[in-house]
This record gives sequence, structure tokens and C-alpha cells, in this order.
Amino acid sequence: MAVEKDLPHTCSQGEKGQCPNEARRDFLKYSSILTAFAFMPNMAVKAADLKLEEKLVSAFEKVNVTLNINGKKRKLSIEPRTTLLDLLREQLNLTGTKKGCDYGQCGACTVHVDGQRVLSCLSLAAMQDGKKITTIEGLADGHELHPMQAAFIKHDGFQCGYCTPGQIMSAVACIREGHADSDDEIREYMSGNICRCGAYPNIVNAIKEVKNGGQKV
Amino acid sequence: MNQFQYVQPAKSKAAIDTVTKDQTAMFIAGGTNLLDLMKRGIVTPEKLVDINKLPLKKIQKENGAVRIGALALNGETAEDKLVLEKHPLLSQALNAGASAQLRNMATVGGNMLQRTRCPYFYDTALPCNKREPGTGCGALEGYNRMHAIFGHSEKCIAVHPSDMSVALAALDATVLVSGPKGDRKIPFADFHRLPGDTPHIETNLQKGELILAVDLPENPYTKNIHYLKIRDRASYAFALISVAAALDLDGSNIRSARLAMGGVAHKPWRLTEAENFLAGKPATETTFRQAADLAMRGAKAFEHNKFKLKLGPNAIVQALKNAAGVA
Ligand SMILES: Cc1cc2nc3c(=O)[nH]c(=O)nc-3n(C[C@H](O)[C@H](O)[C@H](O)COP(=O)(O)OP(=O)(O)OC[C@H]3O[C@@H](n4cnc5c(N)ncnc54)[C@H](O)[C@@H]3O)c2cc1C
Ligand code: FES
Ligand code: FES
Repeated sequence: MAVEKDLPHTCSQGEKGQCPNEARRDFLKYSSILTAFAFMPNMAVKAADLKLEEKLVSAFEKVNVTLNINGKKRKLSIEPRTTLLDLLREQLNLTGTKKGCDYGQCGACTVHVDGQRVLSCLSLAAMQDGKKITTIEGLADGHELHPMQAAFIKHDGFQCGYCTPGQIMSAVACIREGHADSDDEIREYMSGNICRCGAYPNIVNAIKEVKNGGQKV
Repeated sequence: MNQFQYVQPAKSKAAIDTVTKDQTAMFIAGGTNLLDLMKRGIVTPEKLVDINKLPLKKIQKENGAVRIGALALNGETAEDKLVLEKHPLLSQALNAGASAQLRNMATVGGNMLQRTRCPYFYDTALPCNKREPGTGCGALEGYNRMHAIFGHSEKCIAVHPSDMSVALAALDATVLVSGPKGDRKIPFADFHRLPGDTPHIETNLQKGELILAVDLPENPYTKNIHYLKIRDRASYAFALISVAAALDLDGSNIRSARLAMGGVAHKPWRLTEAENFLAGKPATETTFRQAADLAMRGAKAFEHNKFKLKLGPNAIVQALKNAAGVA
């Protein structure tokens, strides 16, 4: 669980301190500790045997990190096993980034870290200290859609839309990297983003339009 | 995922000490394989030693060799000028692996050490000698379509899934490591192991040993090279079979050749006999076919991967033709 420090918390309903999210957060905090004990008989027993309480405690210790997320600096205290994807979705309510497989196989969770596209489901949040994270929520310029977002709408680059945030983050990177010079190249360098609905041809068209339009991405 | 402690040392020595002393500690680099395995409960370290603060990212010339730091990313290595100029085969192999996103995360050190994709290894409800020594090999009599045709044992028929490592095998790489007993160099051919009776021991790396870099010696294979990868879909899938082929041509004659295969064994499979056969021969489909037949000697398939006995030689011939530019 990440606990936000130095930040007005993000709950939109209710008074501070009565936010349903906060209660939920506390519940999760306790329940995750209980679950952790339940799943770790070995470790608990070993710790007791070897008098390694210190180590057991340190397994629950949080890691302090400072992340720049969509232009905002956030100081967070994170449990080591939290993935960047879970941090974004569960703790920061940035649910634009999607969880498809959680195992690196679909690309739905693609975000930019220091300008490079990566999979947030296979990244530990604790390992991102000092990094600049951009999610789909951070792509538009105020109310002005990013050219790639506009092109996806124009070309019907989606049906259900579940893969779309990942597709768009990947598509922007694909052009920035210089890998969008032909249909084949676009297909190859977009292969890390699976679309169950099969919107692929329209996605390629959207990317081509942005690339050929020469807009800044 | 189990709970673990997280540490990020600034010095290699501290990282090595921690992993050497603590049985349950592991290095983490890109995390793309380790986190996947941890989420599934296949690997359960209680301490993760993040090595990303260590200065192991550089790609540079070193005594005529190209030295690639263990933390160089797969993507940046594939597009590195020096690698493209001196070892384009490695670049092709890297680009054939995973996806653009994963290549931006995966490191060269981590890539060599990635675990097999055998479904019996991945499913903790099924037997697997590699995951749980002594439980048996589920694939032996099970669904073994992706599995080995060379070097397998009764205990394990899994294959090594790395594309990069196939090119490193062909290019005579050396792995530089540092451990509790000091530094040493491991020739790539001795880095990975065959399964034998101990399929859970996959490399000759000792507990606590950290990969620092990989060296690629100068060679003439800068032009006539090809990495051919055959898989179930056009991209973003592991190899059924892959072939790294490199030729040094004198007109239409072969001065020397380098050949290795992926997807066929527990380690990248170097085809030395075929290489020796090719040296001094004309670069024609006939010679390539003879070399491929030689390379396939001793292959043994299982119920579902017999197709590899045909696909293998065809892939070798095609890779050599592509490398030589022979239609
Ligand atoms: C969906 C998917 C598809 C993929 N497709 C392909 C493919 O087609 N071809 C292919 O080749 N690969 C493929 N991969 C695998 C990918 O290449 C590997 O996961 C990656 O290379 C591992 O590198 P890493 O830095 O993330 O390693 P990590 O996950 O960080 O580490 C892997 C192992 O190496 C150890 N380790 C890491 N660095 C060092 C070091 N310097 N010294 C000592 N030990 C170290 C760790 O302790 C761990 O045991 C795919 C992965 C996924 C998830
Ligand atoms: S959720 Fe990350 S790749 Fe599928
Ligand atoms: S639009 Fe439905 S998965 Fe891509």
C-alpha cells in the first residue's frame, strides 16, 4: 500500500478524514499484513527460530520515493511489492492505465518512464524513484487532445477501448523512436500491444496520419 | 506476490555481499522475468537487491572487443552504433525478442538469465524438476511442442528462450562476472548448462556472482549475417526455432561461418560441426543443405515437437541463404 505524504489526498467526496477511500485504504493495510502473514508461514517460523525479527519487520518496511507523475511531484511511501501499475490505479486513482494480463503479455499497462515506453505491470514502483512518469491522463494539453488521441477517434482505432490507453502511449513512443516509417515497421513496433477487438488496421492508419501530418508528438 | 525486503546498493561489492550471504536474496535488473515469476509464486526471494544504481550500463570498445555492460537495455543495445557496426547479428537477435516496451526494460545480464517458458515450469500445480527437483518432468510425456530436440535428459526437456543468447553463442562472447571470490571470465559456451540430472541449475554462475558485462571479440561477421526466428505469430512470441547465421565471404566462397540455434535445447545450441564443414566451401544452397543435415545429427524429438526435425534444417538453410544473399 502506498500512503501519500505531503499531499492533500485525492478523495473527492466527504470531509478529509472521512473519505471512503481512506477507510478502505486502512482496511487494505491491515488485511494485507494479515494476508502476508498467512502466506508466509515459512518466513515467520524461520524468523522466530533464528531470531530474525528485524528482518521480518523490514520486509514490511515501506520505501520512500519521489515520482513526477504527469508533471506533478509526488512523495510516496510504498510497500516494496507494489507495481507501478497498481500504484497508479489503486493508490493514485489514475485508472486510465489498464491492467490486461499483469504479466507483460498484452501492453495495456504501457506508460512512459523518463520518455521511454515500458510496461507498468512488470515495474516495481519502488524502483522508479526520481523518475518522470507519463500516463494517458498526462498526454492531452489541458482540454486539447493529443494528436494521437484525436487520430484514434478519427480512424476508429478501437472498439471496446480497453487496450486503447496502452496503444496510444505505445503509438506516441513508436513515432518518437522513429519506428513508424512504413506499415510493416509500425506493425512490428506496435506488436507489444494486443487488441482483442482487432482494431489493428485502424490503429496503423491513425499512427500513419500523425506521423505523416508531421505534428509534434 | 510474497513480501520481500528491497535494497538498492550503490556499490557492486555491497550487492554481491548481500546476495552471497543471504540464501533468499536475489538481484533484480529490469525485473521483466523475475517479477513475472514472483507474481506466480515460482520464485520467492525474501530480499531483492536492485542493481540499477551500479555503473554497468556502458557499451564501449575494450582491447578490440565490444564490451556491453550488464545493465545495458536490450533496446538501446540493439540500436547502439558500435553494436550495429561491429555485431549487427546481435542487434537483429535483440530486436526479434519480446516487444519494444519490454526491450526498454530488459537488460543484457537479465536476458541471459531468463528462465524457460516451459508450461510445466510455469504451472505450480504440475510436476517440474526444474522448479521442484524430484517431482518429475511433466513435459516428457505431456504437451511438448515447444521443447528441446538436442541435449535434453530424462529429467528435463525445456528450452532456453533467449534470442540474444543465440547470437552471443554464435559470436564467441565472454561473460565477465564478479563474485565473493573475485572476478572471472566465463566463455559463453560454458555459461549455460545442459539439464542432466540437475535441471534446476541452469548456468555456471555461482551464488552471489554478479554479471558485469559481456565481451564480443572483433570478428569479420559484419555484413553477411541473419537472425531468423520462426514463431507462432509474426512478432511478440518466443521462438519455435531460431537460427543465428554469420558468414565471412570471399566472393562466393565461404572463408568461415558461425551458426547457432535457439528453441532447440536447454542452452543456445552452437553448430560447430556445420561451421567447420562450411569453411572453404561455395556459398550455395547445396552446401547449406549439407551443413544443415550435419547440424541435425543426433536430434531427438518427442510426441509433439517432431516438426522441429524438419523445420530445423530448413531454418538453417534459409538463415544461411539470407546471410549470403543467395536467392
Ligand atoms: C511477454 C514476454 C515476451 C518475451 N519475449 C521474449 C522473446 O521473444 N525473446 C527473448 O529473448 N526474451 C523474451 N522475453 C524475456 C525478456 O527478454 C527477459 O524477461 C529479459 O531479458 C530479462 O531481463 P531483465 O533485466 O528484466 O531481468 P530480471 O527479470 O531483472 O532478472 C532475471 C534474472 O537474472 C538475474 N540477474 C539480472 N541481472 C543480473 C546480473 N547483472 N548479474 C547476475 N544476475 C542477474 C536476476 O536475479 C533474475 O534471476 C519476453 C518476456 C515477456 C514478459
Ligand atoms: S497488463 Fe501489463 S502487459 Fe498486460
Ligand atoms: S479495442 Fe477492444 S481490445 Fe482493443
